[in-house]
Amino acid sequence: MIVYQYVSEVFFFLLVVLTLFGGLLAVKARVLMHSVLGLAVTFLGVAGLYLYLGSIFLSMMQILIYLGAIGIVLVFGVMVGYTPRQVVEEKIRGENVLLAVPTCLAGFAMLWIAIGRTEWASAPERINDFALKSVGKALLYDFCLAFELISVLLLIAVVGAIIVVNSQED
Amino acid sequence: MMTLLQQLPPECIRIVIAAAVVIGFVFANATVMGYLERKLAGRFQRRLGPMEVGFHGLLQMPVDGLKLIGKQLTEPNNVGGIVFYLSPLIAMTPVALPFLVIPFSPHLQVIDLDVGLLFIIAMISFNTIAVFLGGWSSNNNYSMLGAMRSVAQNISYEIPILLSVLSIVLITNSFSLKTIVLEQSRFWFVLVQPVAFLIFFIAGIAETNRAPFDLPEAESELTAGFHTEYSGIAFSMFMIAEYTYIFINCALATVLFFGGWHGIPLPFGEYSSCIWFLMKTYLLMFVIVWCRWTFPRVRFDQLMNFSWKYLIPFSMVNLLLTAIVVKL
Repeated sequence: MIVYQYVSEVFFFLLVVLTLFGGLLAVKARVLMHSVLGLAVTFLGVAGLYLYLGSIFLSMMQILIYLGAIGIVLVFGVMVGYTPRQVVEEKIRGENVLLAVPTCLAGFAMLWIAIGRTEWASAPERINDFALKSVGKALLYDFCLAFELISVLLLIAVVGAIIVVNSQED
Repeated sequence: MMTLLQQLPPECIRIVIAAAVVIGFVFANATVMGYLERKLAGRFQRRLGPMEVGFHGLLQMPVDGLKLIGKQLTEPNNVGGIVFYLSPLIAMTPVALPFLVIPFSPHLQVIDLDVGLLFIIAMISFNTIAVFLGGWSSNNNYSMLGAMRSVAQNISYEIPILLSVLSIVLITNSFSLKTIVLEQSRFWFVLVQPVAFLIFFIAGIAETNRAPFDLPEAESELTAGFHTEYSGIAFSMFMIAEYTYIFINCALATVLFFGGWHGIPLPFGEYSSCIWFLMKTYLLMFVIVWCRWTFPRVRFDQLMNFSWKYLIPFSMVNLLLTAIVVKL
């Protein structure tokens, strides 16, 4: 059993390193496509963390939606606008450091407070098995309103996209 | 060394063996499909196809593979460095993962995930990114056009695939591929869902960029589309990935619509179910090759209209009707 534990620990830290590396690449890369790829690596790392935590469904959704949809849209956007060797900016230099630093600190503080206040269930006393059925029940019974509101939001986005495209044609 | 091996849990050794078998199968499948495709293409066009190397050209594909491995990788000017070489790797790597959940026989399945169907569809979506990156980083207008066509095509045809698959999920109440096969012990789902099967099959051909929907690599317009600039092993990695995706697509069609491993008992003991599965899958692959060499390539606007104006509405109506019938 000990070998299993070591293997799973190693995989966990590999995934964390992968996620952080992707994030760093997304921020620091000088070619825009490398940033997008870094973001894709981060998405993959998060999907792997879901897998590590035992929720295959969430990890599949992460890959389908973030890599398969959002990643592709980002790649498409970059593809149309840039040639492969084009460097976006020689040196990434902050224009609004004074604004950026407090924003980052505020975001960090918000996350820190949220993490600190949540009561985390430890792994052995996890009640839910996160299987497909329980996710479906949670979405359609406990969080029905949020689920429906999200679909309304998506509908608005679709209608908005159609309006934007149509108005440019005239 | 021996003590270390004995300390390893049997799972680890099993993982290594399974990975080797899957990778071997991926290459063998590409070889067999490559040979069959060239031979069948010859037959459909009233010629012989490869005849020179080996008996009836049987050794043609291994020899071609060796040639491709030995070739130099050429790199055009101003390609996107890392991305250029990453793209065939991204195309090649995820193709092994769907084999985890495909039930070849009642006992030959690595894991029976309760979201097996979603797993395969999620893994297939990697291919689009690889095609994109390859087309963009080649610094070539033909590659770029091929990649742009590929995005539009893949996004449009993913919707009918998902919708047609959902009607099967409604009947079986499960995303697990094993459960879906077990539900078909009395009759195949192609009998109750013929429309869903047709939509799935057509959209599957489009999703794997095969003729008559091979717009991303249309030879007469775009030289070779997104892989114009790739040579040697990088090119063959794209081809192996393509053939494996065709296999996965046909295996999925077999599981969903043709009863998976079910069939008349054969005199091979417990291997007969696996043989039935492979026979059905390769029959479907034969149909795909047949379509490729029979139908002319469609125009791009026809391709888009076909998905958005015919396939998606039909699959939605089919899904609604299935839901009503199942609930009655």
